[in-house]
Amino acid sequence: MSEEQVKNLEEQFEARIARDEKIEPKDWMPEKYRKTHIRQMSQHAHSEIVGMLPEGNWITRAPSLRRKVALLAKVQDEAGHGLYLYSATETLGISREEMYEQLHTGKAKYSSIFNYPTITWADMGAIGWLVDGAAIINQVPLCNTSYGPYARAMIRVCKEESFHQRQGYEIMIKLANGTPEQKEMAQDALNRWWWPSLMMLGPTDAESIHTAQSMKWKLKRKSNDDLRQQFIDQTVPQAELIGLTIPDPDLKWNEERQSYDFGEIDWDEFWQVVKGHGPMNKERMKARVNAWENGAWVRDAAMAHAEKKQDRKEKKAV
Amino acid sequence: MKNENLYKYILGIADNSLILGQRLGELTGHGPSLETDIACTNISLDLFGQVRSYYQYAAKIAGDNRTEDDIAMLRKEREYVNVLLVEQPNTNFAYTIARQFLFDVYHFLFLTQLEKSKDLTLSAIATKSLKEVSYHQRFSTDWLKRLGDGTAESKEKMQEAIDGLWTYTDELFHQTEADKAMVSEGVGVDVTKLKEAYYEKVEAVLKEATLTVPESKWFQKGGKQGIHTEHLGYLLSDLQYMQRTYPNMEW
Repeated sequence: MSEEQVKNLEEQFEARIARDEKIEPKDWMPEKYRKTHIRQMSQHAHSEIVGMLPEGNWITRAPSLRRKVALLAKVQDEAGHGLYLYSATETLGISREEMYEQLHTGKAKYSSIFNYPTITWADMGAIGWLVDGAAIINQVPLCNTSYGPYARAMIRVCKEESFHQRQGYEIMIKLANGTPEQKEMAQDALNRWWWPSLMMLGPTDAESIHTAQSMKWKLKRKSNDDLRQQFIDQTVPQAELIGLTIPDPDLKWNEERQSYDFGEIDWDEFWQVVKGHGPMNKERMKARVNAWENGAWVRDAAMAHAEKKQDRKEKKAV
Repeated sequence: MKNENLYKYILGIADNSLILGQRLGELTGHGPSLETDIACTNISLDLFGQVRSYYQYAAKIAGDNRTEDDIAMLRKEREYVNVLLVEQPNTNFAYTIARQFLFDVYHFLFLTQLEKSKDLTLSAIATKSLKEVSYHQRFSTDWLKRLGDGTAESKEKMQEAIDGLWTYTDELFHQTEADKAMVSEGVGVDVTKLKEAYYEKVEAVLKEATLTVPESKWFQKGGKQGIHTEHLGYLLSDLQYMQRTYPNMEW
């Protein structure tokens, strides 16, 4: 293809996106579009899978049968999200094995929030309420993103996430209205998860390297700072409603902006965790790598069995 | 308690699902593939759903304000009456599949009979559970065949797991006094009558999986009397942790 032809195709491509048309797997797309989508979508899938670990940590210790069932269902949903996000990413010409390889070698990232430990039951509430809350704010705009398979996957993901968020908040309500010990547990969880949840919405706009291009492709509709503000404005009243205190002495309603002003985020901590040195980075990766390596003989057996079955079928046919 | 035999009988059924569900719950996020991870979590979820129906019914029969959670999480080790099979650990995926298969075959036969119980609540729970358990049985049977008739390594592992767990199968067909009383009232299932069909089915699948049917006739028992293997205590420590540490609270 000549340079001019490629340029023409690119122009048509950008025009389609501008008209809000969906790009489908078999359509022509610029290489950069493909790569950017593989990066973001696989990162999203990895986040779902690694995200199973901090919550899976409480399945055996859930305080009641009702909570245990809800937690199992929630973690199962996350596995399901991982599954269809991986499948959607595969439409861009990368295999699930390659994506795992990138995760296990640290080449691909996942949401840093999952590198914090879940040390009390209240963390199950805080994760649902804050982490899923922040995730929804990030993800709802993606239901209209330009790449068809991703947009369709996100519609289902968002429905389930909003259910998880209500479930998490309900755990917090119960604790906040419970005994002094329970209330303390809830406040402690909020104290530990608040700042990492704000960081989850990404670096400040000044430091974000992908924003401009992603906006054009509708992989992003609002800047990180705008999303963060939206999350804070939405969450502060929810905390007040159940009598919990946001751990930010600088948090103040700004009448003029009709928004909350908030304190400085510790970006050093953010980059420390992103670069692999958070409290649980090594453990999370070890758990994933172990599951994969210990499962190798099982996957090999399934493959061998399928081949034998196929052979027998062919022999029978002859 | 007026209906003590019925209460005990329900626990005898439900404790199996509780302990097996708890074991499967340990695996979430650590499975050999995403698909098996989802399936094992789903089976755990089904079992806990059944457990809730049984314990809610048992709590009603006890009639003394105890709740499903009190029954599930606040008994002492000797008061759990699950069979030894379901408390065995997740040594590797072959053990998980062997344990599941050896229980599912029994569970399916059992529920098919429980559906005919004169007790309408138990019958209704059985009907609902049967749909789920027929899927569990399909899952564990398929994996048993894959691993048995897969690679040399998987065959060895699968055979070892079947050999290791075989000793716990006979107990499935033991009867307690409460069981006998419930059978005579037309409420309970006579498990002694399931034994033949059970081994027939199990042996057929093992053969299809190119595995050897263990010859050992030495069997372990005791779970139904609350005399467990050393594994159960640790499982209960996790299961009961919150209820023990924070007594009398709502969650």
